Amino acid sequence: MRAMTSAAIQVTGVHRVFTRKKDQVVALDDVDLTVGAGEFVSLIGPSGCGKSTLLRLVADLDAPTSGSIQVFGKPARQARLDQDYGIAFQQAGLLPWRTVSGNIELPLALHGYPKADRRSRAAELLELVGLSDFAQHHPDQLSGGMQQRVAIARALAERPRLLLMDEPFGALDEMTRERMQNELVRICAETGAAVLFVTHSIPEAVFLSDRVVVMSPRPGRIVDVVAVQAGGLGPSQDRTDAVRDAESFFHSVARVRELLHGAPAPGARGVEAR
Amino acid sequence: MSALSGQSARDVRARLPITDARAMSVVAPVVFGAALLGLWQLAVVALDIDAYVVPAPSDIWSELAANHATILDGALSTGRNALLGMLAGALVGVLAAVLSSAVRVIDQMAVPVVAALSVVPIVALAPVLYTLYGAAVDTARILVAALSVTIPVYLNTLRGLRQVSAVHRDLMTAYAAGPLQVARSVTLPTATPYVFTGLRIASSLAVISALIAEYFGGPIGGLGKSITSAASSSNYPLAYAYVVGAIGLGLAFYVVTLLVELWFSRHRST
Repeated sequence: MRAMTSAAIQVTGVHRVFTRKKDQVVALDDVDLTVGAGEFVSLIGPSGCGKSTLLRLVADLDAPTSGSIQVFGKPARQARLDQDYGIAFQQAGLLPWRTVSGNIELPLALHGYPKADRRSRAAELLELVGLSDFAQHHPDQLSGGMQQRVAIARALAERPRLLLMDEPFGALDEMTRERMQNELVRICAETGAAVLFVTHSIPEAVFLSDRVVVMSPRPGRIVDVVAVQAGGLGPSQDRTDAVRDAESFFHSVARVRELLHGAPAPGARGVEAR
Repeated sequence: MSALSGQSARDVRARLPITDARAMSVVAPVVFGAALLGLWQLAVVALDIDAYVVPAPSDIWSELAANHATILDGALSTGRNALLGMLAGALVGVLAAVLSSAVRVIDQMAVPVVAALSVVPIVALAPVLYTLYGAAVDTARILVAALSVTIPVYLNTLRGLRQVSAVHRDLMTAYAAGPLQVARSVTLPTATPYVFTGLRIASSLAVISALIAEYFGGPIGGLGKSITSAASSSNYPLAYAYVVGAIGLGLAFYVVTLLVELWFSRHRST
């Protein structure tokens, strides 16, 4: 792992308990996690394992019941106020009344960048995600995959050193999904940002990540961490489609699946093997 | 992107859903309406029905043609009251909704008041308002129109202000946006189509209220006054001609507000 000295994310002893009426649900139980600068880490696990909750805690969209979360050495709240991360959700969440370009400019406009800078940055990002022809379109004129690319461009608008992505490709079809994964690898290589990526797809997690964090539900815990990069796939920035056919890719997929099911269980169901 | 290079940019011009209407959906009601008018004409002539029961369409048409200038004047006068009332009522409704959505206590206090207000026959207030503001000015008519618009606009705007999606709220939190920034970039644009839905619903109410208010007094001029005076001088075809003018006025208000509503919701295909 590179540059572990200045960690992008440092999660220490985090608990998150949701209280609904009299019921208490332990969403996260004593979670420790470190994401290095420029490192790509995926969180994987079945529904209810707290992977999205963990991401929301890092984004300071929610607060831990106990424990500490540091982003670039600051408390998560300060990191949010300083705009140290970019974020993308499963829903693209574009503003339907703004053009594609206007959507990418939104965070820049909110943070007081001059109009000319916003324009040129949006054009740059549209080039990066391959949507230059669609700058003046509205979101309802784009396909789901294209909308998600706009959302990723928007997340990159302020050149964050950390990207938080909550199942960004979860609603896309298989082919669009693989293409988006290839593009994300390229974008990460170009921007050098660290990524915390939530997914429920094993191949997606293995293909994209340096490390895959496997979680289990009720209470949400980290079962184990699969070091995909160390397993022979090389750094996440250098992956190509060829990786999908590599032996070490299948090996890591099998290892993650094994961890998810608690024991070697060929053909077991419960987690989508997309 | 290689996958996209072949994909041409789609038409970016804004299209109203109304442009998708098929010819048949226009022709059918026109034919049906014409058939009804023909039957009506035939019935009046064949059964020798008196004008005070129902005048023949041809008689109404000739009155309409002969008096189109005064009918237009009346429509403009009533229309002006309805429009001013609608704008004032909409302004009050929107401001009240913004206040209610911002301050929870106001919202809770307003619920019973709004429920009570929405069942008040507002036109019935017209005689009281004439006494208040004098029968020589249009103030009472404008007020009646405004009052009838306020409630539907208030309710729809309030609903719209609460439609902000969770992902947009998260996004604004992630951007550390201030309350005013959230209102300007997300909450108000989300609510805008709902405001115009309220206005469309209220537009016909505004015209009806302004017109009926004329029945209770106030200055000469306006379609309502003309209808009563034509009827009281037993000129029934003329009274009906003014009613036709009133229908036209109401339709104009409805269509304009409908188009504005469609324009503001043109990108919300969810």
